[in-house]
Amino acid sequence: MAHFEKATSVKDWLNQRLAIEKVEKVMASEYWIPKNINFLWAMGMVLAITFALLLVSGIFLLMYYQPNVETAFDSVNYTIMQEVGFGWLWRHVHAVAASVVFLIIYIHMLTGIYYGSYKKGREMIWISGMLLFVTFSAEAFSGYMLPWGQMSYWAGMVITNLFSAGSLELNGIVEWLRGDYVPGQAFLNRFFMLHVLLLPLAIIGLIGIHFAALRIPHVNNQDGEEIDFEAESKKYLAGDKAGSKVIRFANDFMSKDMFVLSVFLMFFFYLTFFQYGFAMDPVNFDPADGLKTPAHIYPEWYFLWSYEILRPFSKDLGLIAFGIAQVIFFLLPFMDRSPNVAPANRRGPFKIWFWIMVVDLIVLTAMGKLPPAGIFNTIGLIAALVFFALWISLPFITKSEKKL
Amino acid sequence: MEKSSRRGFMGKAFGAVAGVGAVGSLVAMKQSWDPLPSVKSAGFTEIDLSSVEENKLVVEKWRGKPIFVLKKTAEMVAEQGADELARDIIIGGSHFMISIGLCTHLGCIPAYREAKKDFQCACHGGEFNASGIETKSPPPSPLVIPPFKVAGNTVLLGEEGPEYKKMKEAGVVA
Repeated sequence: MAHFEKATSVKDWLNQRLAIEKVEKVMASEYWIPKNINFLWAMGMVLAITFALLLVSGIFLLMYYQPNVETAFDSVNYTIMQEVGFGWLWRHVHAVAASVVFLIIYIHMLTGIYYGSYKKGREMIWISGMLLFVTFSAEAFSGYMLPWGQMSYWAGMVITNLFSAGSLELNGIVEWLRGDYVPGQAFLNRFFMLHVLLLPLAIIGLIGIHFAALRIPHVNNQDGEEIDFEAESKKYLAGDKAGSKVIRFANDFMSKDMFVLSVFLMFFFYLTFFQYGFAMDPVNFDPADGLKTPAHIYPEWYFLWSYEILRPFSKDLGLIAFGIAQVIFFLLPFMDRSPNVAPANRRGPFKIWFWIMVVDLIVLTAMGKLPPAGIFNTIGLIAALVFFALWISLPFITKSEKKL
Repeated sequence: MEKSSRRGFMGKAFGAVAGVGAVGSLVAMKQSWDPLPSVKSAGFTEIDLSSVEENKLVVEKWRGKPIFVLKKTAEMVAEQGADELARDIIIGGSHFMISIGLCTHLGCIPAYREAKKDFQCACHGGEFNASGIETKSPPPSPLVIPPFKVAGNTVLLGEEGPEYKKMKEAGVVA
């Protein structure tokens, strides 16, 4: 057995048993962050807190929600919204956070793409982040089923039908996923389980991996500069704080994180209290009806870009295009052949690639919301083709990039 | 050396035990997700066709899915081709189109347009004619005809009658 001495304080007692001082150093005060960063580096913290908001509001919703096709709709729209004290608050926080979390995820991803924070040792950060994106998407979709309104039902119908894999007609898989011929009790119950247990567990695990993936390569900086963290942290600890290129994670970097967070929270609660309507589709205030399709089915705004990639093609081609669009971002670190880790504006053609991609994603999102007719169809088709053209061209334009 | 081979054996033994357990539990997990027997057995619906009006779409329900019943007018019957005729269910001289009312693209319910005598799906813009044959993509195939059995003026959905089997032989239904 290890040797223990009589403790001089509670802290010392804990220290001998849990090494709390060492842990604090490793996790916070001697976890080094470059100085050369901007507010976009705070998005990770903003996401962590948004996840916490989802978790807390979700716990309160869970106490009154009933996963039953007869009672689910009323348990949300009557019990939680009208009877439970502040029930409306939890629901609106949950709905708004579910929407806003994707806005921040997209900003976080585009920041990573812009600054090249996915290569030269940072591949696992990117890949674990993409896994989080996919799991969050599944979490958002499964949660969307639960109020059992018209959009819940029909989104469930359409999305589970994707698994028949087009002309392969694998209807057995679709019925297996649903536990019924159509979305029903079995379907609602299993998506409830996924939403409140399995997927949140996976998300928490992946967040751990995402953070762990940061430790060795460290956070990127605004110039993509390769920093000798060992040397710079020694300089800092020796007292040369001004000359060192790094600062402590806590409390130094955290203070900036927390400032950005407070701006975000003001924006978030403005939406929650005054503009929550954008996160609550009016069609979903009609109870699920398997004999009536809503006039126009569309997903929440954050899925529109990939939905629009599915839409303009024939069924099989659309499914293949959709499948590729879902996973292509995983390959980014390997399709970017350039040795440079630098912001896009210094990388020549990649700068143009980046901004076309941003505009294309916005166009796809806008077209996904509009009815599939006339000129919108054509614009959507062009935007979808541009999306694939960008990915095909990426290895070539980055290969020819000059070394900085 | 002897020790490490003993460890190797124990490792392999554990691997075998764990493998058998993993496969077994996957079988159980897969079957727990299967549709329940009660869901599967509640799959029959009887539809009375005697009161159906011409060119007015009637929507019934079978296995939770909408069923389209459309009685064609004499004019529609006269105009249609052989591929459409092959899909007609003829009862007492009247031609009926009966199909599952879900678009074969991703399962939305197409709407019937009486003036144009066709179906249009609001989700992705697919269209079908009055016999349920796709006329505008993305749907890749005609509306599905459910298994049916004709008995007098009614059809029983969920059971394969001689007329359905004939369609099956002709390749009209899968």
